[in-house]
Amino acid sequence: MSANATNAPSTLSEWLVYWRIDLQLLVALACCAALGLFVLYSASGQSTAVVINQAIRLGIGLLGMLVVAQIPPEWFRVAAPWVFGFGVFLLVLVVLLGDTAMGARRWLDLGVVRFQPSELMKLAAPLTVAAYFRDRSLPPNLKDVGVAALLVAVPVLLVADQPDLGTALLIAAAGSFALYFAGLRWRIILLLVLVAAATAPLLWYNMHDYQQERVLTFLNPARDPTGAGYHISQSKIAIGSGGLFGKGWLNGSQAHLNFLPESDTDFVFAVFAEETGLFGVMALLGLYCFIVARGLYIALKSQDTFQRLAAGSLSLTFFIYVFVNIGMVAGLLPVVGVPLPLISYGGTSMVILLASFGILMSIHTHRKLLAT
Amino acid sequence: MVSDNAIKNHAAERRMFLLRTAVAGAVIMVLVGVLLFRVGFLQVLRYGYYETRSQDNRMRVQVMPPVRGLIYDRNGVVLADNLPAYRLEIVPEQVENVDATLDRLSRIVEIRDADRQRFRDRMAKTPRFRGVPIRLNLSQREVARFEVNRGSFPGVEVRAGLTRHYPLGDVSAHLVGYVGGITVEDLRRVDEKRYRGSNHIGKSGVEYSYESRLHGEPGSRVVETNASGRALRELEMNRPVAGESLFLTIDARLQRAAYDALGDQDGAVVAMNPKTGGLLALVSKPSYDPDLFVDGISHVNYQQLISDPHKPLFNRALQGQYPPGSTVKPVMALAGLETDQIAADKQVWCPGFITLPGSNHRYRDWKRSGHGWVDMPEAIYRSSDVYFYKLGLKLGIDNIHRYGAMFGLGSRTGIDLPRENSGIMPSRAWKNGTRNQPWFPGETLNTIIGQGFMTTTPLQLAQMTSRIAERGEGYKPHVLGGWRDPLDGTMHQTKPTALRPIQLEDASHWGVIISGMEQVITNPRGTAHYYVGQNLDYTIAGKSGSAQVTKLTQNQAAPDIEDVEHQFRDHALFIAFAPIDDPEIAVAVLVEHGGGGSSVAGPVARKVIDAFRSQPPVLQASAGAGR
Repeated sequence: MSANATNAPSTLSEWLVYWRIDLQLLVALACCAALGLFVLYSASGQSTAVVINQAIRLGIGLLGMLVVAQIPPEWFRVAAPWVFGFGVFLLVLVVLLGDTAMGARRWLDLGVVRFQPSELMKLAAPLTVAAYFRDRSLPPNLKDVGVAALLVAVPVLLVADQPDLGTALLIAAAGSFALYFAGLRWRIILLLVLVAAATAPLLWYNMHDYQQERVLTFLNPARDPTGAGYHISQSKIAIGSGGLFGKGWLNGSQAHLNFLPESDTDFVFAVFAEETGLFGVMALLGLYCFIVARGLYIALKSQDTFQRLAAGSLSLTFFIYVFVNIGMVAGLLPVVGVPLPLISYGGTSMVILLASFGILMSIHTHRKLLAT
Repeated sequence: MVSDNAIKNHAAERRMFLLRTAVAGAVIMVLVGVLLFRVGFLQVLRYGYYETRSQDNRMRVQVMPPVRGLIYDRNGVVLADNLPAYRLEIVPEQVENVDATLDRLSRIVEIRDADRQRFRDRMAKTPRFRGVPIRLNLSQREVARFEVNRGSFPGVEVRAGLTRHYPLGDVSAHLVGYVGGITVEDLRRVDEKRYRGSNHIGKSGVEYSYESRLHGEPGSRVVETNASGRALRELEMNRPVAGESLFLTIDARLQRAAYDALGDQDGAVVAMNPKTGGLLALVSKPSYDPDLFVDGISHVNYQQLISDPHKPLFNRALQGQYPPGSTVKPVMALAGLETDQIAADKQVWCPGFITLPGSNHRYRDWKRSGHGWVDMPEAIYRSSDVYFYKLGLKLGIDNIHRYGAMFGLGSRTGIDLPRENSGIMPSRAWKNGTRNQPWFPGETLNTIIGQGFMTTTPLQLAQMTSRIAERGEGYKPHVLGGWRDPLDGTMHQTKPTALRPIQLEDASHWGVIISGMEQVITNPRGTAHYYVGQNLDYTIAGKSGSAQVTKLTQNQAAPDIEDVEHQFRDHALFIAFAPIDDPEIAVAVLVEHGGGGSSVAGPVARKVIDAFRSQPPVLQASAGAGR
């Protein structure tokens, strides 16, 4: 720490080290974000307002990421349980007195801003599980697994009850990945998968009508082509009509003529695929894979259990965003509200996502201090 | 304790983490492969399918209906016009609940019960994918109010368009006809593709018979539309071609004069240019307002029209079949001369009746006391029945039929107007065919004075008159005089179709019957002298006729006209042409239950010819400049 403080950076690499920036991650994220702005411009019907809004959010998010990167990873470990507890408290508050928007209680009106506590849990849940396992022998014993599972289940159930299936899914994924990296035994994983399959019908009967509708529509999009199946039908038309090379930027008729709903938020991938074709899709997936790979590399290089589990689960969660969103837009998965990371129009989720990369950078750049 | 664990597990933990990361990485690769495979499947294997779906989404072909051609009279007076109008249409196919939509609509624009009723009638007859008007002639205010709420009415549209208007109204209704909404039956007789965007089709009159020329060719527009169906830009454009504008041979002023001349009597007037066969006026009374039909006639109005005992929708000039009465006498006289059965100057004794051998039945003259000795011209101008009875016995039905048919009686003239009737020119074959009976001599006597089985249309009488006027020459009756090419605006004239001339053995025979017809009006003893022959400044030939509606009983003479109830009175007929040397107009007048041909129909014919002569027609070549 003292070395950094005394020597003013003179070269780029020194400067990067000084500001605790992982260049590869930053460049990949910036590429992705810049690409996202272009896609959004087209998807929003060439609205500069949308692009400027998104650029401001990106700026805030990137700045937040850099600020987070300055914080030593130890602090996250210490803070995680407290933030987690606070988050659960807020989620309970939301259940009790949250604002209802679009048929779901997700928002907490804090007077100045409306805030979704569930977003916070996307970070707090995996970090708390990671922190819990830091001082325990791994692979974890049954008691520890039980405690960790409980830590994940509480926010997931609270969020799912809002109902916000997409976010609940992401929190569950993030927490489970931490558990997975902690060394959850394969046979337990197998057992969980079987139990999940067995309880699917139970889940079905506890779903809201519109959620059931989504699943049914997913199973057969032609069931109701003008209603619930319309999204999927139109997004498949958009993707399919893109072909190998795409229709070209700003030429995607599906989005421009409003056939594709939510073309600048959850379904933005369809616009991208329509305009850039299969080659564009491969490039985008390549970029995402690079980011995930870099995250996992950081996890591998970290020397502390907490950091490893945190970095690993955050990286895999990022991939889950990508997979669930593209899978849903391409008609592989039911429609759940998961945005395409760094490209979909939206604030909170992106800021939280960039914050998670801030944590990755922090883990990576504070590493040497621990090594000495 | 804590540090023990950490030290103890450090290496093993790293190994395990490495393994787990590798497994996760492999799973990620598989999942990325799944995504790529899926996207590749959509974008490569199913590209063609989705590309088509995308184009279908994006492009709409809009039909642009052509502007219907206008109809003018010979001088460029508009008889059928197009007026701009906004109407509210519902496409039943695109509306889930028509009743609910109507209820909601009625809060925005005024919809009366009559509108609903008419909408229902039209909807039943219209294919479901076509728009059915619910309101016509919307005000600007109503259009604006609807447009604001447009989003909540899928399948309901305001259509700016043209509607048809007939400036002469009932005066030309039976001639020009009217257009109306396109029904399923209509589509069977036209090329449906040409009518995709059209709202009107000719239903009667000129509008019907020249439908294919008036309609024009629709254009199309390929537009890019957004998801709500709004056209954003035009990709392709095929302009519609307007229909041809038609110029009729009709003179609107004469048409009106003839209409007025009939007054409030039921009847028909047909005026024709004998040199071309072109009609100058065609009137049937009573008439109706053709504008009522254009955008769908209301139930009440329609009921009123069809339940009217005077049958205003019935076109008497073309469809009415009446006994021609004495108006056929000149033709019968000609038959007598040509077949050498009688000479023009042969005096014939005409008491008040004749009887046939072996029968007591008295065939009476209209004049109970008879006419005394009369020659042929006198028999014509005094309209002696007995003279013609005697001539008929010599001629026989075969000659009578032959000469009647020669002048077009009993067969359709083939005029370019719809639903013409043929009338009957009886013959042995006809009677055998329709009644399976032989011909009786008494029927010959009825036929030669235009009674009995014989019926003709007023149009046929006008044609017969023209052919007498032109001494055997003649042209097919028609109303279309010319048309204007919609593309280059050039005028075209229709060529009259010449009929086979009536060749006489002795052409001077024309003079005999025309002289008789002239004296009908000029001779103080002529039947029409008093009614038609006053203050003439041109030469005119004519013939009256009274067609019996009820058969008189055995010994009954014709009763005094005022004593007969209207519906049992004779039909009054009059034919005339003028001037005699160079005929410019031939007229046939029928007044239903009018009574005397000379006294009732004669003055109508005189008024029509007077009107014609006081306003000589403008040359047709300049008609194109009319508008």
